[in-house]
This record gives sequence, structure tokens and C-alpha cells, in this order.
Amino acid sequence: MKERLEQLKQEALQKVDQATDVQGLKDVRVEYLGKKGPITEVLRGMGKLSKEERPVIGQLANEVRESIAEAIDSKQSRLEDEALEKQLEEESIDVTLPGRPVQVGGPHLLTSIVEEIEDLFIGMGFEIKEGPEVETDYYNFEALNLPKGHPARDMQDSFYVTEELLMRTHTSPVQARTMGQKNGQEPVKMICPGKVYRRDTDDATHSHQFTQMEGLLVDKDVRMSDLKGVLNTFAKQMFGEDRDIRLRPSFFPFTEPSVEMDISCKMCGGEGCSVCKQTGWIEILGAGMVHPNVLEMAGYDPEEYSGFAFGMGPERIAMLKYGVDDIRHFYTNDSRFLKQYHKA
Amino acid sequence: MLVSLNWLNELIDVSDYTPEELAEIITKTGIEVEGVDPVAEAATGVVVGYVKSCGQHPNADKLSLCQVDVGEETLQIVCGAPNIAEGQKVAVATPGAVLPGNFKIKKTKLRGEESNGMICSLQELGVDEKDVPEEYKEGIFVFPENVEPGQDAIKLLNLDDKIIELGLTPNRADAMSMAGVAYEVAAAIDGSYTLEEEQLDTVEEPASNYVSVQVEDAEANPYYGAFVIQDVQVGPSPLWIQNRLTASGIRPINNVVDITNYVLLEYGQPLHAFDFDRFGSDQIVTRRAKDGEVIKTLDDQERTLTPEHLVITNGEEAHAIAGVMGGAKSEVQDDTKTILLEAAYFSPSVVRQSSSDHGLRSESSTRFEKGVDPNRVERAGKRAAELLQKYAGGTVLQGVVSFDELDRSEKQVTIETSVINKRLGTEISPEEIGQILRRLQFTFVQDGEVFHISAPTRRGDIERFEDMLEEVARIYGYDNLPFTLPQGASQAGGLSLNQQLKRKIKAYFEGAGLDETITYSLTKEDWATKLVSPEVEREAVSPVGLAMPMSEEHSHLRLSQLPEMLQSLSYNVARKQNDLAYYEVGTVFISEEENVTKQPREVLRASGALTGQWLAHPWQQEKKEVDFFVVKGIVEGLSELLDIPFEYEKGKLPDMHPGRTAIIKAGGKEIGFIGQVHPKLQKAFGLKETYVFDLNAEELMSQYEKEEAFQTIPRYPSVSRDIALVVDETVAAGDIAATIEEAGAPLVKDVQVFDLYQGEHMEEGKKSLAYNLLYLDPNRTLKDEEVEAAHENILNAVKEQHKAELRS
Ligand SMILES: [Zn+2]
Repeated sequence: MKERLEQLKQEALQKVDQATDVQGLKDVRVEYLGKKGPITEVLRGMGKLSKEERPVIGQLANEVRESIAEAIDSKQSRLEDEALEKQLEEESIDVTLPGRPVQVGGPHLLTSIVEEIEDLFIGMGFEIKEGPEVETDYYNFEALNLPKGHPARDMQDSFYVTEELLMRTHTSPVQARTMGQKNGQEPVKMICPGKVYRRDTDDATHSHQFTQMEGLLVDKDVRMSDLKGVLNTFAKQMFGEDRDIRLRPSFFPFTEPSVEMDISCKMCGGEGCSVCKQTGWIEILGAGMVHPNVLEMAGYDPEEYSGFAFGMGPERIAMLKYGVDDIRHFYTNDSRFLKQYHKA
Repeated sequence: MLVSLNWLNELIDVSDYTPEELAEIITKTGIEVEGVDPVAEAATGVVVGYVKSCGQHPNADKLSLCQVDVGEETLQIVCGAPNIAEGQKVAVATPGAVLPGNFKIKKTKLRGEESNGMICSLQELGVDEKDVPEEYKEGIFVFPENVEPGQDAIKLLNLDDKIIELGLTPNRADAMSMAGVAYEVAAAIDGSYTLEEEQLDTVEEPASNYVSVQVEDAEANPYYGAFVIQDVQVGPSPLWIQNRLTASGIRPINNVVDITNYVLLEYGQPLHAFDFDRFGSDQIVTRRAKDGEVIKTLDDQERTLTPEHLVITNGEEAHAIAGVMGGAKSEVQDDTKTILLEAAYFSPSVVRQSSSDHGLRSESSTRFEKGVDPNRVERAGKRAAELLQKYAGGTVLQGVVSFDELDRSEKQVTIETSVINKRLGTEISPEEIGQILRRLQFTFVQDGEVFHISAPTRRGDIERFEDMLEEVARIYGYDNLPFTLPQGASQAGGLSLNQQLKRKIKAYFEGAGLDETITYSLTKEDWATKLVSPEVEREAVSPVGLAMPMSEEHSHLRLSQLPEMLQSLSYNVARKQNDLAYYEVGTVFISEEENVTKQPREVLRASGALTGQWLAHPWQQEKKEVDFFVVKGIVEGLSELLDIPFEYEKGKLPDMHPGRTAIIKAGGKEIGFIGQVHPKLQKAFGLKETYVFDLNAEELMSQYEKEEAFQTIPRYPSVSRDIALVVDETVAAGDIAATIEEAGAPLVKDVQVFDLYQGEHMEEGKKSLAYNLLYLDPNRTLKDEEVEAAHENILNAVKEQHKAELRS
């Protein structure tokens, strides 16, 4: 019987080996391990054996069953893997075809610039203040040391709505309003961005509507060197650590002294080129110490309080930083322009 | 202000500096130099030639054949200029010369005759057409005086000069003269300059024998001085005066006019020369013009005046608009013999009024408008009389006949060194301040660290401490200021809640696939009232218009951002960019008044405009056009983000598609609308189907509640049930959903439409709507019976309210 079992085992293993699919293996399983299979038959004939032989043959028969079952299992799992592999191979796709699009929008370049500057000054402890775009003559001019008939009103020809109301020509009235709310007592530290309007014919360098960002700091003992320090921090963060600033005298009715700030030209490193008109410097913003008349009108005692103010044009900064060559691009909203600056 | 470097160098020695270095110094200490340019493009090889003879060219009618002595030799030159004549001194480009435009002069033959050079016009030498004197415009230039053949004509004509262009700010009226610029440069380079005294010889006969002066409005005209110069011979000015005028951008005319212009440039004081014989009286009366009074000015224009204008009269009729322009009647002409020379101070505001009313901005008016130096008015008159005597053969009568109530006092300003340092953040010593004041030529008395300063009247801008602070700072040098940071108690900067929300809303739209636009607030009157949200429409009586718009395109303030946004879409579509999804967050301007007197209310709105394809996936043949539900999805997302429920009600708006528009409400208030633009309006903008939304962002911000507490995630499972209903096709899906929510409360937490069916197997005029309902009790697991009961309730409610039947 021993021989018979060994023979069955060899036969079965050979058939397992020859099986090419899962069905073939099933057949082998039924044939050899089924209730009517030869091994069961052998076990049934064990009654004829001696007491001593019985357990030996029984154990051998079990071993043969197990090794056949094991061989079937292992072959089956191999066949399944192969089948899966084949199926996956058939499922392969062209990974270089484009994906399903997701709509991506983005901010306007001016918004990016404005928010960058806002965040920079927020970091220095400034608040953001906003105000009306249709202003009173008082806040737009008079409170800023520009009484009626002042020649400097020519500098910014305005769109009037009535004799007393106009489209604001700068965001400075927001400063006057904010100072006015403090009753001449508390310090002010603010940035005011917004749209402003002037009587200009739209062309490559002029726009009847544009953006302005102004800053104001009023406190006891504010020094002009503080203005220089703050503007230097701003310029280096906005334009790069390697840029220098310089202040040079200028005139604004609401500041005295008044200065303009230039930054060293990036294109030529200060040597002089066409971008900086051979001067090595590029004009960025106007600034100055708040005029005592402006402080007085807002209720501050100019002996006790002093302050500085500055103002810049985000369009100009965008034009310098990104080489935008026509101010009208900011307002025609050409989709190719808008998309270009999503990462700005 | 155009500054001739050659002229400046004669006033103050600047030869140690290159023009560029000088420009840098001037810019850094006070006045921005906008450019340094040669007066003319470089030319070489041009010399003075003496036309020894000049005859007809044998073979050409319009050419002359000239023998020209150029110093070392005599050249035969063919010349085509009509004004060439024997005996003239002319500018000759000799063979080998190079003229502007890299024009090389060679020996040549013209119609068979040798021509060894070219006799030049000023234009050919690089002089700007507008600066060329009238008599030389059509021909060659003729030297007005004794120059030697062979002399360098470029030097004689000052064409090697450089021009420094100053960009003057309104406070620096003092630098509108060469004297003022010289004072400024002297302070900047620590040099020395003083305006020289006039050298005037007069005859004994007093001018007052000929003329009297009467001023009616002393405030408008606090000083009027009249000089009388007889026996004048009108002719060309000397070359040096012509050269300096040309370099300063003023065209030479004749000696009398040139001299008044020259003194204007030198002293900054405008003058006027009347032809005394044509003036027609021996009295000068300055007065306010009569209403409707007419004067014909030098430019031959009839100008109607009002009492806001000041005129110079002969006692009867006006002969000049004070400070702006002279009258044609008493204009200096070639036969003028006696000059009545005016040196006056006119009030800046009066001149400003006249020049702006008549659109006459001249070298004179701009100086008067900014205020001339009261101590230089009479001196300028003397200087002009001196020059008229020297260069126009005049005889100057003694004295100036004047009316004089002019304040010539100097402003007194006291400064303390310690306060200067406190304001600048510097440590400047009193010695340094004294040095700076000396450089500025301000007189002062020093008392320790205190300076009592008399500001010279040429610097009318110096009035108070801060003005002196600036003077000290700019001469000390802004480069020398330290970099410091403010010392005050620091505050935490930051964005207000609304500013944060604005950024959040914008970021949401961008995440949803929209690009931000910025459009104009000023729009066409017609557009200002288009696509206006109903709640704005109700409040705004009419759009706010500008008093004097520059164009119809930008005449009114917008009540909606959408028309200008549609214009942006239209701009793109015209450029074949058809798939566009835009949003804008900006202000609209609402006035409740018919005639505006108060500031309009400015309301922040969030608007969107979309057209073309929303999604396109070509290789999978997928396309999704923008439609109502794409845009509504975006708006719903915003509602979810802000946690403010929106309600949508079908609505009709004038510029919107009547069947595809919804009014949006939040918190019971109308806050905007959404829908398709009316096809007629789409067509007007050249657009295909275009969908828009417009929301009151400010109202959303005020309804927004910043979440304080975290809501626990429910611990018990929810139960999901579907329900399919058949209703009339006119019943709104949203109304059924609202009924379901109401009837299912409090267990129904969410109702979503998941299917809409109309058509086959459906009764005519009916539709089927399927909803998914979510039941939840946060505190326990729901029992089937409870859900069944609620569901039954809902079915009854929709049946009752919407005649809805369960779909079988
Ligand atoms: Zn450069």
C-alpha cells in the first residue's frame, strides 16, 4: 500500500504540474482528494492491515494528501497571479495624455502687488484703512494743505461731481479722515490702498483711473530718519536685499520736507542704462514729514506730534517689477495678461 | 526750465564738474534734473564764411554761384537759398564737415559747376525748427554782426552747449530764472554767486514828464513801474542774446522783444514793452476789466474779459491782460521809436485766473502765478533798460514812474539746532547749520544753538520752521540721514474682519476657477444703469454723473460692475479668446438724490461674468458650456463657505433672460441676482451665451458670523432615503425641497435633488424630481419607525402643497 500511495502522489503531482488553468487544478483536486478519490479508497482498505501498520500507512496517506493539496494551492495562486498580471497589462493606458482639466483662476496683478505691500507693512505694525472714492473737496484738498486756488491743485486735475464733491485724486483723504477720528491724541500707523482718478487721457503711461497706496505714521517724536528706515525695509523686501535707496528733495503740499525715493537700478546695478535713463536710479515713491498744517487741521499739536507719509503707485511698481509696458493692460483685462500673473 | 550750461558757467564756475555730475548734485540737493542734452546734434567743420560775390548759376534758375572767403581760402559754393546775398557772413560747412544726421559734406558738381561745401541754414546745423527766427526759416542763417571768416561757427552759434532740463516743483518758483538757478547751484556745490547790480545810464529828462501811473486795485497789482526809452532802433539782437534765448527754448524775434525775454530768463521777472506812440495816452491805468470788455491780444485773438481779469489801460482802453499777454494795438513793430517798459508785480491768483480763463499759459504767466521776487521787479526793469540802451540804441529817461505798495520785507524764521536734530534724527552741530545757511545766502543772527533767519524774498517758499528744516536737511544731504525705525509703542498691525473676508471671498472665486478683473468705475451713462441688482435699483435714483467728463466713455459712476465686465469679455472674444470666467470685487456708487449734494453710498459688490466653455476635454470628446447651473454652483459654494444660506427666486430683470434669472436673498434681504444676460444685450456686446452674478459683498460680510465653537462630528449614523415625485413642470424644485425640509424637521438634515426627468413615459406637462433625504438625530440612533413616520409626513406635505405624487 505504501507503494500505491507513493505512486498516487507522483501521478497527482505530475498532473498538477501539467495543469495550465484553474479548472485543470480543480479537476486534479476532485480526482485525487475527493471523497471518491484513490487516496480515500486506500484509507478504506486499511482494515486489512495489522495494528502496527495502520497508523504508519494512515500518516503516510495524510502526508500524501497534504503535499498534493499544497502543490495544488501553490500552483493555483501562481496561475491567479499570472492571470491578474495579464489582465493589468491589458488595462494599461497612455499616461502622457492630458488629464481632466480643473478650472484655475487667480488674482489680478495689481491685487497681488497691493496685498504684498499690505502684508509687508502689516508686518511692521501698520493697519489697513479704506475710504470713499467720491470725496469731499475738504478731505481731498483742504485738509491736506491745499486750499481753494492753491497752484498745486493743478498737479492733479480732477473729476468733479459737484463743486464740493470729486473723484478722489489720491488716497490721502483716508489719512486725513483717520487722523481726524483720533481727536489729536492717539498715534496713527496706517496704509491706505485704493482706486484714484485724475483727468488724464488714457495712453501707454496715463490712466484716468489708477491705484495708489499711501502710508502714514503719526506719533510723538517721529523722525525723518524713521521714514528712511521704514522705506529702506520696504524697498529691500519688495525689490531685493541688494537694492539701495536714496531720498532726494521734492514737493508735496501735505508734507514738509518732501522727498522722492529712488531705488538703485537692477538692470545696470547703478551704472546707468536706458531703464533708469542713465541715472542708475529709479523713482519709486513720494514721501515726507507730515506738514504741520495737516496735523493741525486733524487736531494734532505739531509741536508735540510729528509724522511721516508716503505714497506709491502699484501700477508703476508692477511695470518696473514685471516689465509691463502699457498701463492700459491693467484695465482691459485681456485674459492672456490676467493668466500671466497668477503666480505674481 | 531749460538751463544753458554755457550761460550758467558764466554766472558760477561749474567747470570742475561734468554735466552729468552737476545734474546729480542738483538733483540730490533740491531740484530734479530731468535730462542733460546737447542743444543740437554735434556738427564739425562749420566755419564763418564771407560771401565775396554771389551770382546766378549759369545752368539753374534757382541756384546761386558764390565765392566765399572762409579764412584760409576762398571756396566756390553753389547755394539754393533764396536769401543768399553778397556781403553776408554765413555758416559754411567745408568739405570734410559732418552735419547732424551724420551728413558728410564733400566736394561736388552741381549742374556743371563745382561746389566746395555748403552754406547752412540753422535747421541744417541742428537747431529746432521752432527756435529758428522767422526771417531765417526759409533760408540760410546770416550772422548779425562782425565775425571773422574762418571762425568756428558752431561755437559762435553756441551749438556746442548742453541743456540741463529742470523739473520744477511748484514751490521752487525761485529757480525759474538763471539767477535763481545760480543761487541754487552755489548752495549745492558750495560756490559763490550774486546777481550783479544793473549799470544804467539815463539822460536827465525824467520819465514822469511823459507818463503817469495809476493803480485801481492795489491788492491785485501792488507795484507798477514804467520806464521810458526813446530813440530805439528795432533790429536783430546780438548773437549772444539770440543764442541764450535759443538754448532756453525761446525763439529770437527782435532786439526789443528779445531783451524783455532775456531779462525774464535772467531775473525771472516778466516785462512788457509797449510802443509808446501806439499806446495812445500819457497815462497808465491798471484796473479790473469791465464785464464784456474786449481786447485783441498779440496773437490776434479777440478776448472777452470779466472783472476777474486785470488789464493795463491807457485810461480808456485795455492794452494788455496783466501778466498774461499784451494787446495787438501797442505791439512793438519795426518802426517803433519809443518804448514804454512795464515792470510790475501782479497777484498770482489774478494772473492764474486770467491765464486759465483764456487758455494762455506763457513764460510770463507761469512766473507771475508762482510769485516773482518783489525785490527784483524794479531791478529787472532797469536791467532791460540797460540792455535796450546798449543793444537797441535807446535813450533811457531818468527814473521809474511807479505805483508802489509792494511788501518787500523778508520773512523771519527761528530755528533751534536741537529741534532740527529731533525731527531729522541727526546730530548736526550749530556750526554746520551756520555753514548751511551761509551756503544758502540766508542772513541770520546766531544765539548759541538758536538761529534767527531772514529768508531772502527770492525764496518766497520759506515761511516757517518746517521750510527751514527742509533747507537744512537737503543741503546737509538726505544721504547723511541715518536709517532708524520708529520708537513709539508698537501696535499689532493687521487686517480688519471685513478685509479678511474680502480676501477670503476673492480666494474662493479664484479657487472656483474665476480670474479677477479690475474695470473702470466711470462708465457710459447708458451702461451705468444696466445689469443693476434690484435692491440697488430701488435705492439709486439715477447714476452719479461727472460735472465735466472728459469723454462719454467715462462720464457716470457705475451702479453695477457687470457692464464694464461684459466689455472685458467682449474685448477678449474679439481676440478669439472665447472661454472666460471673470469675477470682480469692487465698489458701486448709490445716490438717493436726483441732484447730488452728498457723497454717494459706496457699496462693495462681488460680481461674476462667464461665457464660452467651462470645461473642455478634447481627447475624451467632453465639453461643458457655461450654463446657469455652473454659475449657480459657484454662488452656492460661496454661500456654503460663508455659512450664509441663499434663497433663489425666479425673477425678471430688464437686461436679463426672462426665464433664466433668479433673485438671490440672504437673511430675508435681497442681496443680488444670477442668470443669463438678455440675448439682446449679449448681442450688443458681441457675446454668445453669457451668465452673470452680482452680490452685495458688504451685506454678506455683515451677515457673516465668525465661527466660535467647534461643532462635534455626529456620533450616530444618519439614515438616507430617496423619494421620487411627479409634479407639474411649473413647480420649482426649490419649493419642494423647502417643503420637505419644513415637514421633515427636525430629523431631516439635508435634501438634495439627484434626478430631473421629463419626456418619454411621462405625462405631458409633468416632470419627475428625485430627492435624497438625510435623517439624523445627533443624540441617538434613529429607529426605522421614526424615519417612516417622518417620511409619511413629508409625502403628505408635498402632496398637499405641490400636488406631488409618488412616482410609481
Ligand atoms: Zn539702469
